[in-house]
Amino acid sequence: MLHIKCPHCGMRSQNEFSYGGDASVKRPELNKEVSDLEWDNFVYNRKSLRGKHWELWQHLSGCRQWIKVERDTATHEIFKTLKADQEIS
Amino acid sequence: MSQNFRLENIGLIDRNRKISFKFNGKIYYGYEGDTLASALLANGVHLVGRSFKYHRPRGFFGAGVDEPYAMVQLYRNGETEPNIKATEQELFEGLEATSVNCWPSVNFDIGAINNFLKIFLPAGFYYKTFMWPKSFWYKVYEPFIRKAAGLGVVSTKHDNERYEHKYEYCDLLITGSGPSGLASAYAAAKNGARVILAEDKARFGGTLLTSEVNIGNKSGKEWADGIISELKEMPNVVVKNRSQVFGYYDHNMLVMTERISDHLPKTKKFHPKQRLWYIRAKEVLISSGSIERPIVFGNNDTPGVMLSSAAKEYIKVYGVIVGKNPLIFTNNDSGYETAIEFKKNGIDTLILDTRKDPKSEIVQEAKNLGISIKFSYVVVAAKGYKKVKSADIAKISDDKEQLGKIENVKCDCICVSGFWTPTIHLASQSGNKTKFNEKIDAFVPGVSKQKETTIGAANGIYTLDETLKSSFETGHKLSKQIMNNDNKVSFPNVVEKKSTVHDKFWCVPLPKGKNYKRFLDFQNDVAVSDIEIALKEGYRSIEHVKRYTTLGMATDQGKTSNLNGLQLVSKIENKVVPAVGHTTFRPPYTPISIGAIVGREVGKHSKPTRKSPMHSWHEKNNAVFVDAGVWLRPRYYKQGDENLFEGSKREAKNVRTNVGVCDVTTLGKIDIKGPDAAELLNRVYTNAWLKLPVGKARYGVMLREDGIVMDDGTTTRISENHYHMTTTTAQAANVLSHLEYYLQLVWPELNVNVVSTTEQWAGAAIAGPKSRDLLQKLFPKSDVSNEGLPFMGYLEGDLFGVKARIFRISFSGELAYEVNVESNNGNFMWEKIIEVGQEFKIQPYGTEALSTLRIEMGHVAGSELDGRTIPYDNSLEGLVSKKKDFIGKRSLSRKAFTAEDRQKVVGVVPLDKKTSIPEGSHLVKDSNAQLPNPKLGYISASCWSVEHDNPFSLAILKNGKNMIGEKLFVMSPLKNKVIPVEIVSSHYVDPKGERVRS
Repeated sequence: MLHIKCPHCGMRSQNEFSYGGDASVKRPELNKEVSDLEWDNFVYNRKSLRGKHWELWQHLSGCRQWIKVERDTATHEIFKTLKADQEIS
Repeated sequence: MSQNFRLENIGLIDRNRKISFKFNGKIYYGYEGDTLASALLANGVHLVGRSFKYHRPRGFFGAGVDEPYAMVQLYRNGETEPNIKATEQELFEGLEATSVNCWPSVNFDIGAINNFLKIFLPAGFYYKTFMWPKSFWYKVYEPFIRKAAGLGVVSTKHDNERYEHKYEYCDLLITGSGPSGLASAYAAAKNGARVILAEDKARFGGTLLTSEVNIGNKSGKEWADGIISELKEMPNVVVKNRSQVFGYYDHNMLVMTERISDHLPKTKKFHPKQRLWYIRAKEVLISSGSIERPIVFGNNDTPGVMLSSAAKEYIKVYGVIVGKNPLIFTNNDSGYETAIEFKKNGIDTLILDTRKDPKSEIVQEAKNLGISIKFSYVVVAAKGYKKVKSADIAKISDDKEQLGKIENVKCDCICVSGFWTPTIHLASQSGNKTKFNEKIDAFVPGVSKQKETTIGAANGIYTLDETLKSSFETGHKLSKQIMNNDNKVSFPNVVEKKSTVHDKFWCVPLPKGKNYKRFLDFQNDVAVSDIEIALKEGYRSIEHVKRYTTLGMATDQGKTSNLNGLQLVSKIENKVVPAVGHTTFRPPYTPISIGAIVGREVGKHSKPTRKSPMHSWHEKNNAVFVDAGVWLRPRYYKQGDENLFEGSKREAKNVRTNVGVCDVTTLGKIDIKGPDAAELLNRVYTNAWLKLPVGKARYGVMLREDGIVMDDGTTTRISENHYHMTTTTAQAANVLSHLEYYLQLVWPELNVNVVSTTEQWAGAAIAGPKSRDLLQKLFPKSDVSNEGLPFMGYLEGDLFGVKARIFRISFSGELAYEVNVESNNGNFMWEKIIEVGQEFKIQPYGTEALSTLRIEMGHVAGSELDGRTIPYDNSLEGLVSKKKDFIGKRSLSRKAFTAEDRQKVVGVVPLDKKTSIPEGSHLVKDSNAQLPNPKLGYISASCWSVEHDNPFSLAILKNGKNMIGEKLFVMSPLKNKVIPVEIVSSHYVDPKGERVRS
C-alpha cells in the first residue's frame, strides 16, 4: 500500500485516496472550437508511461482535496506531491 | 503410549504439565511447550503423511517454518483446519490431528501405487498427458487430479472465530528474535526508537536456544531471556511472539500475522484467533536468520531423514531424541554440533563428513568425546520404507565423482547438514536485487531497494561475534538517524567455538545400476531426474524450469529446495549459480489463513449499513428490506401473506388512486453555495441554469466528458446563492467527487463550495391524486395550491413546529411532493404524514412500487442511465442546450452519437398482455433466425403496469425512434423464454404529463 503525502494533511495510506488519472491533461476551454483529434486526446488518449508520471489523486477519506502526485509507475516511488492549484514543475 | 524418545533433564518444556492429544485416532501424551511434531517424535512417531505426487511415506524434516511435509489436518474446538505444519502447531490439551493426503490411512495408502508407477509420472506429466481430448479435462482429469493431489480438507462451516486487523507505525521493525534481532532491537530501543520485534516461534531467541555459546558470561538462552524481559518493560518497544512478518510491500509497509489463540484449546472470550498487522516502518531490519539445506542423496525423503539442526532443536528445546542410533551426514561443522548434543545425552552417533580432513575446535571436540567419524564419506541411499532402518554409505573420491564400495550401516535416523541458506525472502520482496555469495554458496541481499537492512545469518554472517557486533551497530546507527539520539549500549563479550569452512558438496552421485529417487523439493516431489528431464526438453530459464517441474512451488515455497535446484541446473547447464539466478520470492513467506486476511469484514460487517432515520418505523411495519448500495431500503411493506409482486402492486395502485409515501432519504444531496453556483450548475448540467428563479426546482442531467449520462436529479434554488442538488442514491459519492474535481482543478476561479448533506436531511415523497389535500393538512399555514406551489415549486413550511422544505417534484408521474426535514426529525415527519394521511387512505410504498411507477411513466433511471447511454438514448435530448457549453457536450457530436438509427428508450408490451418479460432479455426481429441472432436491443426494466394491469417493460432499442408499433420478439436464453411483443411509447401512462401539473 502506497504512502502518499497529502500536501494538506501529511503522510497518509493509499486507502484514503482515490486515483484520478494523468495530471498533465488540460481540459479544452469552454465554448472553444475543438477538433476531433484534440477532443479525443483530452477524453481518451493516454500514454500509460513506464516511469515518472504526474497523476491526480483525491484525498477522498480525508480533506477531499484533489492533489497532484509525481509517481514512478514501475517502482511506485513518489517524488513530489502538489496542491491542486500548484503547477507541475 | 509412553514417551520413549523423551530425555529427562533437558529442554524448555514443562514436565509438570502433561498433555494428552490424538493423532490419527490414537491417544498420545506430550508436555506443555511441545509442538505437535516434538510430541509425536517423543512417542517415536515418524510417519505423518504421504507425499504429493507419489504418495511416499513422509515424516518430519525440520522443526519449524521450513518444514516441507509434516502437514496435518487439525481439529480444535469443533472446527477443522487443513495443512497445519506439525512443527509449528503448539500442543494443547485435547488437540486432535490427522494425516493429510492419504487414503484410506497413512499406513496403507492406495495412492502409493504412484510410487511404483513413477517412471510414468515424470516432470511435466500433467501437461503432457492430460492435454487430449480437450473435453476430458473438466470431466475426468481435473476431478481425478484434484482428488489425488489434495492436501487437507477445508471446512465448509461458517468460521465462528474472530480475526482482527491492526495498523501500526514504528521507527524500526525487526523480523526475528535471534541474536541479530535481539542485538539490533536492544541497541535501537535503548536509543529511544520505537521498535517492533516480531518472532515467528513461541520462544524468543532463535538459534541462541540451541547453540553452545556464552555472551557476557551467560548462556545464549539466558542472555536472550534477559534482553527480552528488558525490552518488554520499555514503553517504546512492542515485542511479539507467534508473529510472522510474511510480506514486504510498497513504501515500507509490511504485513504480519499474530497467532493469538492457535496454541490454546479454544479462543478466550473477546479474543481474536489471529491478528493481521499492517506495519508502516521507517526502517526494517531483516533478522530472519538462515535455514539449513539438505544434501541430496538416494531416498532422502524416507521418514527419519531430517535436518541436523532440527534434530539438535528437538533435543535442546523439547528434550526429544529423533533416534537412538543416529547417522549424521554433513559437509560442514554444524553436523558435529548435533552429534555432540546426542553424545552429551548418552547417544552414540556416526558422523559421515564429505570433507577430507577438516580442522576446527568443533571437530576436535567431537573427536575428544570419542564420536566415530568417517571422513570423505557420503550416504548413498537411505534404506527402509516407512522409517529409516539403515543406510548405504560409501567413500567418495576427492573430485566427488566416484563412489567407493557400498557399505550398509544400521541407523534409525539420518541427520543431514548441507550448510546454511540465508532467509532472504523479505529483502527480495522489497525489491532488493540479491547477489550470490561464493563463500556460503547462497544468495544474500544486495543493494537495499526500500528502507531495509538485512543482518546476521540472513545476510550470510554465520559467526555469533560478528553477528552481534554488526547488529548492535546497525540498530544504533538507524535509531540515531531517526531519533538524533546517541545512546550506545556496551557490547558483551562473546565466546563461541570456531568452525572451519564447509565443503561445496550438495548431491551424492548415483551408484552404478541404481536409480534411487533423489528429492530436491520434498513437498512437491521434485527429484533430480525431473530437473534433468526439464532441461533435456529445452527448458532453460530457471523460471520455466520451476513452472514445468513445480520445483519450489509448494506451500513451503522451496525453503529447503530452491538452492539445491539452482545448483543442479547450474551444474547441468555448466553455468555458475548466479548466472542461473533464482526465481522471484513473493509474499506470503508462509501460508496465512483466509480468515486473517478478511479480518472483521465478514457478513454484515463486510460493508457499512446505512439506515434512514425512519428505519425502525419501517421495521415495525413489516417492511421487507433490500440492499441499495450500502443503504437498507424498504422494498415493500408486507401485509398478511402477500408476496413481493402482490405487495408492490397494491402499493403502486394506491399511489395512482389515493396517496402513498416513500422514504427517499437515501437520495444523494449536495449543498451548493457561492456567487458562482449558478455558473457551476450551468456547466455541469446539459440544460440552462442561469435563469432559474429563487424558490424553483429544475430537473437536470449531467454527462461525463465522453458524453455518457452520469446522473440525473433535481436542483432547487433555495436563495440567491444557495442551491440544493439531489443525485441518485448510487451516484451520490461520484457526483460530489466530480463537482470537486471541476471546482478544484479545472475551474478554480469559480467561487463555489459544495458539501454532501445526504445524511443531514430525511426525505419523504408524497405521491398520488390526494397528495395536495394531505399536504395542506400537514402545512395548514402554507399555500400549497397549484398557484401557491406550482409544479417544480419550492416552499419552506412548518410541520407541527418542525422546519421543513417542500419540493413539488415527481418521480411517479403523479401529483407529488417531497418533504425534507432535518434527520433527527425524520421519524416525527414520517409518523405525522402517516397519521394525517389516514383519511386519504395513505399507504407507505417501497422501492419495488417506486420502480413500477417510474417504469410505466417512462421515467429513465439507473437501469437506463447505465454508463453506456447518451441523453438521446434516454429521450432526454430536449434537455440538451444548443446554446451553451457544458461538460461532455463536444462528445455528443461524435458520429456514432448522431447516427440516424441510434438506440433509444421504448416501451415493450407482450402481445398476450400476460407474460412477464425478464430484465436483460434481448430483442430480435425473428425468433427462429440462425444463431447468432442479430440483437436489436435489450430490456432494461420490467414491471406490472398497475394502470393497464399488464406487463410493461422499458427497452433500449436500435432505431427506437422509428420502431413504435413494430412487432418483435423478446428472447431470454437464460430463462428459456421467447415472447412476441409490441414496441410502444416509453410513456405508457399519462404521456402528456398532465398529472404532475394538475
